[in-house]
Amino acid sequence: MQKNIVLTYILSAVLLLTSRVSIAELMIEITQGSDSAVPIAIVPFTNKSAGAIPENINKIISGDLQRSGEFEPLPTNRMLSLPSSAKAVYYRDWRLLKQNYLLIGSVEYSKYTKSYKIQYELFDVNQQQRIIGEEVSGGEKSLRDLAHHISDAVYEAVTGVRGAFSTKIAYITLQGSPAAKAKLEYRLQVADADGRRSFTLLKTSEPIISPSWSPDGKKLAYVSFESGRPAIYTQVIKSGRRTLVSSFKGLNGAPAWSPDGKKLALTLSKDGNAEIYRLDLATKKLERYTRHYGIDTEASWSPDGHSVVFTSDRSGSPQVYRMNIYDLEPERLTFEGRYNARPRFSEDGDSLFFVHQSNGSFNIATMNLKTGNQITLTETPLDESPSLAPNDRMLIYSTQRGRKGVLAVVSVDGRSKYFLPSAFGDVREPAWSPFLR
Amino acid sequence: MKAISTKNALALIFSASILAGCASTDTTEDADTNANADANGVAVTDQAGGAEAYGQGDGANVAASELEAQKAEAKRLAKEKEAGALREIRTFYFDFDKSSVKPESRTVLMAHAAFLAANPNVNVTLEGHSDERGTKEYNLALGERRGQSVERFLVVNGVARTQLEVVSFGEEKPATAGHDESSWAKNRRVMIQYK
Repeated sequence: MQKNIVLTYILSAVLLLTSRVSIAELMIEITQGSDSAVPIAIVPFTNKSAGAIPENINKIISGDLQRSGEFEPLPTNRMLSLPSSAKAVYYRDWRLLKQNYLLIGSVEYSKYTKSYKIQYELFDVNQQQRIIGEEVSGGEKSLRDLAHHISDAVYEAVTGVRGAFSTKIAYITLQGSPAAKAKLEYRLQVADADGRRSFTLLKTSEPIISPSWSPDGKKLAYVSFESGRPAIYTQVIKSGRRTLVSSFKGLNGAPAWSPDGKKLALTLSKDGNAEIYRLDLATKKLERYTRHYGIDTEASWSPDGHSVVFTSDRSGSPQVYRMNIYDLEPERLTFEGRYNARPRFSEDGDSLFFVHQSNGSFNIATMNLKTGNQITLTETPLDESPSLAPNDRMLIYSTQRGRKGVLAVVSVDGRSKYFLPSAFGDVREPAWSPFLR
Repeated sequence: MKAISTKNALALIFSASILAGCASTDTTEDADTNANADANGVAVTDQAGGAEAYGQGDGANVAASELEAQKAEAKRLAKEKEAGALREIRTFYFDFDKSSVKPESRTVLMAHAAFLAANPNVNVTLEGHSDERGTKEYNLALGERRGQSVERFLVVNGVARTQLEVVSFGEEKPATAGHDESSWAKNRRVMIQYK
């Protein structure tokens, strides 16, 4: 009965997939800004059409840039003028306000094409020159996408790093408390990186953990206990189509897509105890990666696909190990403290982010793989599940605030931080998507 | 030399009396638990189990006088009741990041083992759990390892492996919601669920 060798069947999942209506949008609370943030004036975009624009474009952009911790947008009420074209820009005004950059733009609705045309221009106040400018268009539903696209362009023009404002996050929400024996509702949610436009991919009364994005951003793998025991599923985000990929006897956990998207690293205990395996998604072939009576789990691929890092307690306490997939010889990487677990590579492959315990508190730490230097980034007692933005600049993780689980985002230098609490229920297990275009 | 061994002997006697004290306290509490269980009808299964054991006891008592048989029967029933009471305890606790069965769990686990060994058609699920600290997937593996420790204990004591199934829920199903050591201690557990 348990020998269903990676049965790949597609579940219609009509009962499990709910209407994709957002019920629990995440909010944003900035708690700590960076003092080295770049001053930027984002002038309200001029509305060139008769009707109102359903989204406040410049507000979305200034929210994005402010959350990054790398920009400090000027409040509108302090602006001396509100230009919407290059010829109306007086650099002197903006220098007076100590602004380094100026973003202006306009929005125009066409009844003809039922679409919005947004035009924007970014200026360097000190150099007195226009840096970038563009015209983008889309329907009402893509207005937020267009705004995030402009945030990405501004971010990249100023910092030289690709913006990650058009990405998404996946996370799990829980309503009800397991200890209270109340009716529980777990949801696998996907939302924009700013927490907006969330929708439900899976709703069940049993736990869901470990969502993991496919490298193309089109699917999620996760562990669901809906059958009463843990099993790994993949799900196409757009269609909602689900595939059961692993339901062996014992553990089926910690799915992690290989960088080519063709394989999953996962944890199975079918051969006795928690070991890491690689599952080829097309052929269903399993290859065993670890052999040890200790716990081996939480694998994560290096961006080049040549090695995996994972958690093992083979030394007597959980520590982070790395092995290349050709000789499968584990090498211990962490030595500070008795608990280092769930490592994740940065996109550039140069550092690791993981959960580190010190003085009884669980925090997110990072280690530079070249120097071995380790820094702790967070300070609340129960910080978990670090996941990096694809541009390596921000890190999302789960933490406890009061008695509630919330998501928090911290810049990788630890200088800026914000929370993404849900209006109700607990939020946990965040996973930041790769770049989607 | 002699002084030391006397001292040791005294220490032994002392600790034995403490243990005895503990044991008798436990029994009293367990008897209470059982009375409650009887009232709730939970112990019905145990009585059915007792009935099976009765057939075996009957044969052994054939030669004995009726009075002695009654005495033995009363003693057996008391023992049976005690074992049943012990089996009402179905949750076993663990230390942080540890999965070894604690010494204080052994007596009760032995009672479950004896019952399961005598009733090979009864199956149980061993549900492994951890507290909320640490990572979810590591805790899932830890919960399983705790379940496997209990499984091994039961198998060593005569239970067939086919009667046992280990399922781990990691930190996902805490018994209590608090964020302190006393809550965490209650959440690091294996629960025997009779099917």
